Amino acid sequence: MNFPFLTLITFIPLLGAVVVALMPGKRERALKRVAVLFSVPSLVLALIAWLLSAQTASEMQWLEEAVWIPTLNAYYRVGVDGISLPLVFLTTLLTTLSLFYSAYTITKRVKEFFALFLLLETGMIGVFVALDLILFYIFWEVGLVPMFLLIGIWGQPQDRPQYSAIKFFLYTLVGSVAMLLAFIAIYLTTGTWNILQIPSLKPLAGNPALAIAAFWAIFLAFAIKVPSWPFHTWLPDAHTAAPTAGSVVLAGVLLKLGGYGMIRILLPFFPDLFRQFAPWIGVLALVSMIYGALVSMAQWDLKRLIAYSSVSHMGFFMLGLVAAAASLDVAEPVLNSRAIALNGAVLQMFNHGIITGGLFFLVGVIYERTHTRDLKAFGGLSAKMPVYYGVMLMTALASLGLPGLAGFISEFMVFRGAFALIPTYAIIGIVAIVLGAAYILWKIIQHVFLGEFSEERWQKIFNPAHWHFSLDMARFEVITMAPLLFFMVLVGVYPAPVLNVINAATTALLAGL
Amino acid sequence: MTLTQLLVLLLPELVLTLTALVVLGLDMIWRDGGRSQRFLLWIALIGSVALIAVTVLIWPLAGTGGLPIAFVTDREFGSDQVPMMALDSLALFFKLFTALVLILVLLASGDYVRARIRFRGEFYALILFGGLAMMLAAAATNLLMIYLSLEFLSITSYLLTGYLREDERSTEGAVKYFIYGATASAVMLYGFSLLYGATGTLDLAGIAAVLMGGVVPVHWLVYPALITVLVGLGFKIALVPFHQWAPDAYEGAPTPVTAFLSVGPKAAGFAVLMRLLLTALPGFQLDWIAVLAGVAIVTMTLGNLVALWQSNVKRLLAYSSIAQAGYMLIGLVALAPEAHSWTTGLNGLLLYLLAYLFTNLGAFAVAIAVENHTGSAQLDAFAGLMRRNPFLAITMFLFLLSLIGIPPTAGFVGKLFVFGAAIQRQMIMLAVVGIVNSVISVYYYYAIMRQMFFGEAVDASPFDEGPGLRVAVGVAAGMVLMMALYAEPFIRLASESVSLLAASF
Repeated sequence: MNFPFLTLITFIPLLGAVVVALMPGKRERALKRVAVLFSVPSLVLALIAWLLSAQTASEMQWLEEAVWIPTLNAYYRVGVDGISLPLVFLTTLLTTLSLFYSAYTITKRVKEFFALFLLLETGMIGVFVALDLILFYIFWEVGLVPMFLLIGIWGQPQDRPQYSAIKFFLYTLVGSVAMLLAFIAIYLTTGTWNILQIPSLKPLAGNPALAIAAFWAIFLAFAIKVPSWPFHTWLPDAHTAAPTAGSVVLAGVLLKLGGYGMIRILLPFFPDLFRQFAPWIGVLALVSMIYGALVSMAQWDLKRLIAYSSVSHMGFFMLGLVAAAASLDVAEPVLNSRAIALNGAVLQMFNHGIITGGLFFLVGVIYERTHTRDLKAFGGLSAKMPVYYGVMLMTALASLGLPGLAGFISEFMVFRGAFALIPTYAIIGIVAIVLGAAYILWKIIQHVFLGEFSEERWQKIFNPAHWHFSLDMARFEVITMAPLLFFMVLVGVYPAPVLNVINAATTALLAGL
Repeated sequence: MTLTQLLVLLLPELVLTLTALVVLGLDMIWRDGGRSQRFLLWIALIGSVALIAVTVLIWPLAGTGGLPIAFVTDREFGSDQVPMMALDSLALFFKLFTALVLILVLLASGDYVRARIRFRGEFYALILFGGLAMMLAAAATNLLMIYLSLEFLSITSYLLTGYLREDERSTEGAVKYFIYGATASAVMLYGFSLLYGATGTLDLAGIAAVLMGGVVPVHWLVYPALITVLVGLGFKIALVPFHQWAPDAYEGAPTPVTAFLSVGPKAAGFAVLMRLLLTALPGFQLDWIAVLAGVAIVTMTLGNLVALWQSNVKRLLAYSSIAQAGYMLIGLVALAPEAHSWTTGLNGLLLYLLAYLFTNLGAFAVAIAVENHTGSAQLDAFAGLMRRNPFLAITMFLFLLSLIGIPPTAGFVGKLFVFGAAIQRQMIMLAVVGIVNSVISVYYYYAIMRQMFFGEAVDASPFDEGPGLRVAVGVAAGMVLMMALYAEPFIRLASESVSLLAASF
């Protein structure tokens, strides 16, 4: 019997949510402290679990299993491997940072906010650790509800938060109910919900039509979450409306749920179908990459811009996945291109979480001061806020894939794999990188930080009476960003600690297909 | 069967009858302007709890095969005693179900009744009689008994619906309910007479035996009988197109009565439907499955689509409950012959009913609490509920999630089983219509969520829901979570309750 790392990591936040909910609502400082404290054990345990894991082991670590509903053959079964472990860590890290950051910025309905956020953490971690389809589905939906409320309640009135919240809810639900039917169909043929066991049982092999329907039903659920074009339209609305911490977790973690599901469930359950449909999914990936970047370039709202850049960057992830899947039937052309592409895809998820999470925090920095995200309202801020400029520059460059920072490694690996396996797609996809550099340098860096600083324009948007911290990045904002910057550099310079773990799991996964 | 044996087997019914009579009697004695009248509620509650105890007590008597209960001596046909009801697992399930309905409705009705209803003793007694009628209907194995118990249930329902005599809508609802109901039961009775005429027996198993024997020259009579019987039961369950009475009756009735109507008669209707179709007409399975599949689809779709336009919570929940009955019907349509399977459709139907019991009564309890304090059942009465009473808002949210079918709630388990049955029977279409409807339903449930969490109340002062409602809502919410997180005993109960029915078929 292992130490129940995963159960603790998953459910301590839930306990925290209950404690926060039962505390008196008036004591806001105490509430905030308790909430942050309850998110720390999961972070620490996730780090310990990662360090203690056999770094190159291909099988599931820290498995826990208990019968849950015998008549349904449903188990409480959790475990992590190199694909889920970095994502679990990412979740705990971003949640703790978000709660810490929100302790300074959230003033409305404090108790509800922190309780919901902790509940959200349980749901998100649960998806990454669940190895039973029923459990997976339950956690999948548990995360939906708090995020819906976070967007709806704490959104800014001008951003139509209620519309965005219900749109987010409905989009996700459409996908997930379709997925549920597919899961039931799979269970009826295999007799198990065990995610690790189902691939070897060839689900729905005897009924090709149903298999194809199930494949697309599950794909729909994950593609909406990723989000892939054309299912992405909920994302910019949700991001724009969500409070800063909500956007961070939305981009940093919730989008990964879809990506993770594609790797953990869709690919191993239906490798042949995935290969067969890979050209089409590849087109979706390319459109997401290029269209996302183009729309991003057209935005004047800083948050919307970053939201669309997520569509583009998660397209990179999908390209890596498609590259790995498309060539499953042919002998390996060059070295381990498949593994490289898949490693790149997984690392891209981790990096995107760190980088885009950071970008949303940084949008929060300027938004909290000026209450606007209009790029035309800024300009020349590098002189006024040098630290902010520095941090933003670094994060933005990581996002566009500058060598030496995290984004480069994963994008390089995705393209390295894709060039060997699906060269046409890779060549078209490269355009997205160029466009990415364009919107980041031109829109974010130039419009916000460079150019002439106009005192008159600044006076219009900045009211010192409403801001109690320093004009340049305040200490809590620096503390929030520091761990993210650290990982951007670490993964950019020495990705081995992360990549080794990922590689062990992806090679095992590919070998099993 | 000796009289003592008979009385033991009828203990649950007797307990409820006795309680109702005591409540009526004391109501006549205690005419002191209401001070002792609050004890009437306690007596009714104690009777309902005793019902659970008695049901559990006689549970072992039923054995695996069930016991016939006969109290009519039928000399004309040469047999000694004609079994009217059965004490089997299905009947026991519905006795337990009835007790839970009664407890939750009574708990939720205390404050409401005190504030608005003049004749309290009769009110509680009628609710108890309604419960009695549910139990009788669920246990009946004879067409005559089925008809009598359904009529009994209908008449108590009409009376309760029109209980707010000064309120025009209450009267209107009751009259509509009565006219529709009288017509529907006349039509159903016609169907029963056709069945009797064709087979010469009123006993459900006997009908099946005659029909199976193939000696019936008027076999085709079963088809009109089937349709007319479905009309009657469709009315009780409020299946489209026999649902028109429901929104008006639900809106007009006192809210605790609406809560009762949305669960009680529906459950009784389903119990009778299951028993009648599976015991008496198993040979016509293909026919009634085809009809019911169509009914399920239109019921879900119409209920959900019309609910989108409602601004009154009671009407909204009325249409929602129409749609919910459509999902339940999937369980019956997709019933699976192989009893070893995890979902036989029928167990899904019972699980869904149980989930619906806790969810819907919980939601109505919250609606009653809100109505008690705002005087309104409009959607905007829920505005800012999260600030005014977080307990009610959070539990209501849970109930709405359960009605949608989002885990971890009871509604999810119910949907898992009925949709699972549909997929198992390769009725993919039915399952897809079901989930599309679940998604549509989000939109009107969201109307309540939006008011509670995003809306600002005109009067934002906190209020207390009172002990009775707190217990009712708390128990319902606890069970809604428990059915999802610890589902095993519920699944087992549902599966065992239908095992006999599934085996007979």
